[in-house]
Amino acid sequence: MFARRTVLMAAAFTALSVAAARPAAAVDLTMYYPVAVGGPVTKIIDDMVARFEKDNSDIKVTAVYAGNYTDTMTKAMTAMKGGQPPQLSVLLSTDVFTLMDENAIVPFDSLVSDTAWFKDFYPAFMANGQIDGKTWSIPFQRSTIVLYWNKEAFKEAGLDPEKAPASWDEMTEMSKKLIKKDGSGNTTRWGVEIPTTGYGYWMLQALAIQNGQKMMNEAGTEVYFTAPKTVAALDYWVDLSRKHNVMPTGSIDWATLRTDFLEGKTAMMWHTTGNLTAVKDAAKFPFGVAMLPAKERRGSPTGGGSFYIFKNASPEQQKAAVKFIQWMTAPERAAEWSMKTGYVAVSPAAYKTKAMKDYAKGFPAATVARDQLEYAVPELSVHDNGRIYKFVNDAVQAAVTGSQKPQEALAAAQAQSDRVLRASK
Amino acid sequence: MRGRTHPVEAVAAWLLALVWLAPLAYAFWSALHPAAYATSFSLSAPFTLENFARAWKQAPFARYYLNTIVLVTLVLAGQLILSTLAAYAFARFRFRGSGIAFALVLLQLMIMPDVLIVENYRAIAKLGLLDTIPAIALPYLASAFGIFLLRQTFKSVPQELVEAARVEGAGPLGILWWVYVPLARPTYIAFGLVSVSYHWNNFLWPLIVTNSVEARPLTVGLAVFGAPETGVDWSVITAATVMTMAPLLIAFLLFQRQFVQSFMRAGIR
Amino acid sequence: MTDAAVSPPVAERRAGSQAWWNAVNAWLLLLPAAVLLVAFTHWPILATIRHSLFITRRNGTEVFVGLDSYQAMAADPIFWKALINNFWFALGTIPTSIALALLMAIWVNRNMRGRGFLRLAYFTPTVLPMIAVANIWLFFYTPDYGALDQLRSLFGLGGWNWLGDPSTVMGCLIVMVIWKEAGFFMIFYLAALQQLSPDLDEAASIEGASRWYIFRRITFPLLMPTTLFVAINAVINSFKLVDHLVIMTKGGPNNASTLLLYYIYEVAFTFQDSSYAATLTVVLLILLSAVALIKFGYLDRRIHYQ
Repeated sequence: MFARRTVLMAAAFTALSVAAARPAAAVDLTMYYPVAVGGPVTKIIDDMVARFEKDNSDIKVTAVYAGNYTDTMTKAMTAMKGGQPPQLSVLLSTDVFTLMDENAIVPFDSLVSDTAWFKDFYPAFMANGQIDGKTWSIPFQRSTIVLYWNKEAFKEAGLDPEKAPASWDEMTEMSKKLIKKDGSGNTTRWGVEIPTTGYGYWMLQALAIQNGQKMMNEAGTEVYFTAPKTVAALDYWVDLSRKHNVMPTGSIDWATLRTDFLEGKTAMMWHTTGNLTAVKDAAKFPFGVAMLPAKERRGSPTGGGSFYIFKNASPEQQKAAVKFIQWMTAPERAAEWSMKTGYVAVSPAAYKTKAMKDYAKGFPAATVARDQLEYAVPELSVHDNGRIYKFVNDAVQAAVTGSQKPQEALAAAQAQSDRVLRASK
Repeated sequence: MRGRTHPVEAVAAWLLALVWLAPLAYAFWSALHPAAYATSFSLSAPFTLENFARAWKQAPFARYYLNTIVLVTLVLAGQLILSTLAAYAFARFRFRGSGIAFALVLLQLMIMPDVLIVENYRAIAKLGLLDTIPAIALPYLASAFGIFLLRQTFKSVPQELVEAARVEGAGPLGILWWVYVPLARPTYIAFGLVSVSYHWNNFLWPLIVTNSVEARPLTVGLAVFGAPETGVDWSVITAATVMTMAPLLIAFLLFQRQFVQSFMRAGIR
Repeated sequence: MTDAAVSPPVAERRAGSQAWWNAVNAWLLLLPAAVLLVAFTHWPILATIRHSLFITRRNGTEVFVGLDSYQAMAADPIFWKALINNFWFALGTIPTSIALALLMAIWVNRNMRGRGFLRLAYFTPTVLPMIAVANIWLFFYTPDYGALDQLRSLFGLGGWNWLGDPSTVMGCLIVMVIWKEAGFFMIFYLAALQQLSPDLDEAASIEGASRWYIFRRITFPLLMPTTLFVAINAVINSFKLVDHLVIMTKGGPNNASTLLLYYIYEVAFTFQDSSYAATLTVVLLILLSAVALIKFGYLDRRIHYQ
């Protein structure tokens, strides 16, 4: 009784203060966006927001850039607990369980006039956000992992510069040829690098999928880190550095890997397609982009961020947020976004726009990540995601640094995850 | 010990100094040359301010500067006023419980707000101050260090001066303002410099309580700037780094003697 | 107050109710600082202890769980790792930076050519933000094309993954922190050295004592209070210095460089588990209280507040 009265009063107060502050019936939206402040992406988002506001003068969107995905999620959750959540946010598509558990978000189903809209997007990107028959997120900054290769290095090593490795064994063999040493036996160019910081779990999942192993169940309550094929996937990863000596030992930094590749310190790298435009703009050598190699099958987890709408937002704000999200994900904008960054455009219609067709004609690498969707599976997403990611990342780092055997490291991660996930069942 | 220095020692001292300056020299080198030279040193590399221009354009550093300046001013003003009043009470009044009160103040020298981030965040949230500059400043406004330092200084003020002021009709606050504060000037400068450099550089707490550009100080701005999702541009980041530390560095070079003496004074008891 | 006899209070001549007025005045002066100190230091300490005994359910209700969180902590390998790391971090940074600080102070205190420059060079890292320092050193340690590996390549040595290898990451961070802090500690020694009487040295050198002998038997013992003071400060610093982890390693690889306060930050704000964060904070508070006890209970007896 008391609680309901408080809610009513709070609603009345909110309505009053909104009305008082804004006579022009404008709706203010705060959006958290996962990107470093500065850098080209901020400019692109700011520009799109400005154009949206021009078309919709009654809505004002403030984008807050708070660092990488983890930082932004931390900020959003912290702000929510502090009573000042944003109205919408782009966060990892895999944070959905955590956001649901925290009672932070609302599904889109009741907010849109026609749920047919959900069918416009690639099903692979919708998968992470559709739970219990409801749609909790709309894809935007989405990716898959792709393999970048340095064609000049391939030529130098006597390999066909137009042909990327298609299987694990091929990647190992090619890497052995690509590795370059100086007079005193120090490596000046590595064969391949797979990053281990920040998104180690993502890379491990890619390897596990290729080995034919799922990493979690659909309800997000179980993980399969000690499955023999997951262990074999990590074994292969570790072998690249410790047995075949084609990858540096120790952890490989996600953020500096692009520089490694551009500096020619590695002939191949696994990285998000979201890096594509930046690599294209900075590379001083011809490079190619390919789907990840196969073991039993090809495959990559999807990745990246989706739009969420927060529960605390007023109905007007939620409606305005949907309007904004629909505008941002419309085919022309999705195409523009993809061309400017390298992320995958989220709907097939975007690839049918003229601008995108022309772009892909001149730069075929632009559609590789999209084509890979055929083999893609949803990214690792479970309850209490932040913790589980830490366990897997720790295990990956323990293995690549040689402080634990893959089997051992993954067993520890599995045990820790089981303990955390027990609460969610 | 002040006698002649053995040449070997002189060489060692100079070598150590050069090693100590090397990281800084590197930062300036990288910030002032094109990105292509960030990883390969060459004397013929062309000089450029381009990195600064790009960093300045890519992130709202002007706003960050403003926030930091507002922050350190707010903290310093609050600390000076509160510490002066409290130190005066401890130095010149006899009252029941003063011993325990002073011990409770000194506790903050050991357990600083820096380690109480979880509960202080709760408190700031309850006050509805999240994502504001006062939120960053509040936990630091009452400074045990400031109170301690000023109490020491006030205690050394000659009693005759106090008596003279009283004869002229000054009340307790008048005496504080006309006698104690002017005599404690060097302590104020010392404390001020230490406080400003501490809060200019403070990071973890501001990171936690701020979200938006409007409240973020330079250090947090720099950290967010240097945490890109997809890759790192070293030259621009070092340029931003140099910008962040430049004001304090320049102030330090200009007022080197005061800085060193202030830190010395603050450390002597 | 023990020293009331030394410094007579402002108003004491009219006894009786005057004492009462005195107390009111004093507390009024103290009030603003006291309120803030209680709100942001004393109250949070008590609240931390309380929250460590409760957990918050998803629906927002608090449940008393007693020492459950402490049991979970005892079984948490990352907590132990962080604690042990804190120990090594302190052991790695404190003695070396104190020794270097003393050496620097002795050099700068001499009539050496360019001592102004030397003092400047040693002290400069102290005024820089840790976050900026971390950015610069991050590039130093970057494998292959980072400054350190480029330097090594001049001697024909290969690249090394400094921050990515558990065996070197802590050492790298320790070196950086020594660089950052030694100049700060130098100042305290410099202040102490300048208060020592030069006659002592001269007397000793006339006696024909060697320089090392003078240092070992005269200077160093006289500097003992300074050394203890610096050591205490350094220990406290080592518990709250985590800014660099945010930039350089995020506590990795595999928690090899994580420290207690950073883990608290992670648990509280990334995992949103504030009751466990409170439990971890209690450990940090106990450690700091132990340092405080050593300082106030033992050391300050010799160098009491004047």
